[in-house]
Amino acid sequence: MSLSLVILQLMNGLQFGVLLFLLSAGLTLVLGIMNFVNLMHGSLFMLGAYFSAAVLGATGSFAQAIAAGVLGTLAVGLILERLVFRKLYARDHMYQVLATIGLILFFNEAVRVIWGSGSISTAVPEFLRGAVAIFGLPYPVYRFAIIVAGLLVGLGLYLLIHRTRVGILIRAGASNAAMIAALGINIRLLNTAVIGLGAALAGLAGLMAAPISSVQSGMGEPILIMTLVVIVTGGIGSVRGAFYGALIVGLVDTTGRVFLPVLLRSFMEPLKAQTLGAAVASVLIYLVMAAVLALKPQGLFPVRHG
Amino acid sequence: MVNNTYYPSARSVVSVVLLLGFLLVPFVAGMTGEGYYITFTTRVMIMALAASGLNIALGYGGMISLGHALYLGIGAYAAGICAFHGIHNGWAQLAIGLAAGGAVACVIGPICLRTSGMAFIMITLAFAQMLYFLIVTLDDYGGDDGLSLTARSTLPGLDVNNSTVFYYIAFAALMLTLFFTARMMNARFGRLIQGCKSNHRRMVTLGFATLRYRLAAYVLSALVCVVAGFLLANLVRFASPSYLTWMVSGELMVMVILGGMGTVMGPVVGAVVILLIEEIFSNVSLGLPGNLDSLVNNHWTAILGVFIVIATMSVKRGIYGSLPAGGRKP
Repeated sequence: MSLSLVILQLMNGLQFGVLLFLLSAGLTLVLGIMNFVNLMHGSLFMLGAYFSAAVLGATGSFAQAIAAGVLGTLAVGLILERLVFRKLYARDHMYQVLATIGLILFFNEAVRVIWGSGSISTAVPEFLRGAVAIFGLPYPVYRFAIIVAGLLVGLGLYLLIHRTRVGILIRAGASNAAMIAALGINIRLLNTAVIGLGAALAGLAGLMAAPISSVQSGMGEPILIMTLVVIVTGGIGSVRGAFYGALIVGLVDTTGRVFLPVLLRSFMEPLKAQTLGAAVASVLIYLVMAAVLALKPQGLFPVRHG
Repeated sequence: MVNNTYYPSARSVVSVVLLLGFLLVPFVAGMTGEGYYITFTTRVMIMALAASGLNIALGYGGMISLGHALYLGIGAYAAGICAFHGIHNGWAQLAIGLAAGGAVACVIGPICLRTSGMAFIMITLAFAQMLYFLIVTLDDYGGDDGLSLTARSTLPGLDVNNSTVFYYIAFAALMLTLFFTARMMNARFGRLIQGCKSNHRRMVTLGFATLRYRLAAYVLSALVCVVAGFLLANLVRFASPSYLTWMVSGELMVMVILGGMGTVMGPVVGAVVILLIEEIFSNVSLGLPGNLDSLVNNHWTAILGVFIVIATMSVKRGIYGSLPAGGRKP
């Protein structure tokens, strides 16, 4: 096992972690502030990918594709907030789970009606092709761009949440929503804004993932489950927790899949090592989550309430 | 003054009609020669059984598990893996499945019950995903493709390959489960876990060691799902990883909640409604103009999705749950 392989895999893990962070940052706020279980966050990710792929296919403009992905999911998020979510904030979690599962079924089928059931492939734009040198190793520019863009968005979120008035309201909402409503803050508007922010971030993650994964119906669910693992590990409602949780999950999942079979091969026969390694690697992040929850049921960075 | 005249309530009418309907389906199907409906109704009853199992944890115990597909899968793969290794006796397979399911529930139950609310939903989901990915990577047992059962499990004295006999096996399993659920929920244990649902802190204050009761309810509900999984694999002679996907957990949850959670018959009503919608929109020609018919048949899950959203927002206590309950009028 060479050092270059390790570095490349660490970079891939980082890239995956950054994507997960974009999804979990939005969702953790929705879960934490509004106490709303939104399982269709993965569908927004899927819609972001489809919107940008469709616009890129039609116009060939990367800038327009980005705008379509982000603004399209933002619009879908706001419409759903108005029509469905708003009526469910006060209800029990299980009704929220139910309604959002219904929406998942609907959107998975809707994209099949509109774009067909096959997967759509999108090209990486011209200026992001090729490789960049990282520690003297070639690394795809596009994946590197995802890492940079994700970290920039993360920085922007940090500034938004810790340095602006809106951020203060969001943090206050996460720790005690009823109290800030009593202090005269328009909590409904804040809710709408948080849903919109989450939807736009999910759309951004979806459009960035589109060229390196196959855009197809149901692509949102596997990544939604990963996102939930991140959020529960990091602590529901905590953007900081989502950041560290996403990096942990991204790195553990990516490197586990590559290195566990290799590690096991050193003390068992190759074929068995391959199977067992793959099996263990696929459940590794769940083991991490279970371990964290067994020790700290509130997650790594619990939000203090009250 | 007590009025002793007995008025059958809407709930009891629905229950009796539904259960009599289940009892009579093979006769009607036999007379009209529509053998397909025996298989379809068997599937409905098996899903109703699984939903009834989930109802013990979710409806009565307030434990919102989004991971009960896990136990359905354990039951299915117990049949599949045992048959693969040459154990064909159904009782042995079932015993192995129940032991495995019980062991898993006893291990992950306490971990899940350390959390509450949203985290509980997600940790149960995560554990189910874990087993799903494990099964998919086990190439010896079919991996992604699933595992075919060469023959149905044998039950001494019963011809399980006869679809009517198999139908009544599923019917009996469902009836027994419903009967014991009804009895149990009026007994001390049932009252206790319902108390934990409505006010956990109070139950703790009253001095009950709530964890062991809630764990027992969780394990019981898991075991019922194991039986359902075992029957499901035998019905289609196939153990598929798709039984373990989280959408199956979601579908079970939909059945319980839309039917009416915390009622004995609610999950049965939910299973019937959901599977009927599935059947009608996916297979039946509705006589719509143009090619709308094939559009609906191909994309019926979108309709199911919209139905679930609207039903969730409008029906607060589920279909069966909002029917007036029986009891003497004052």
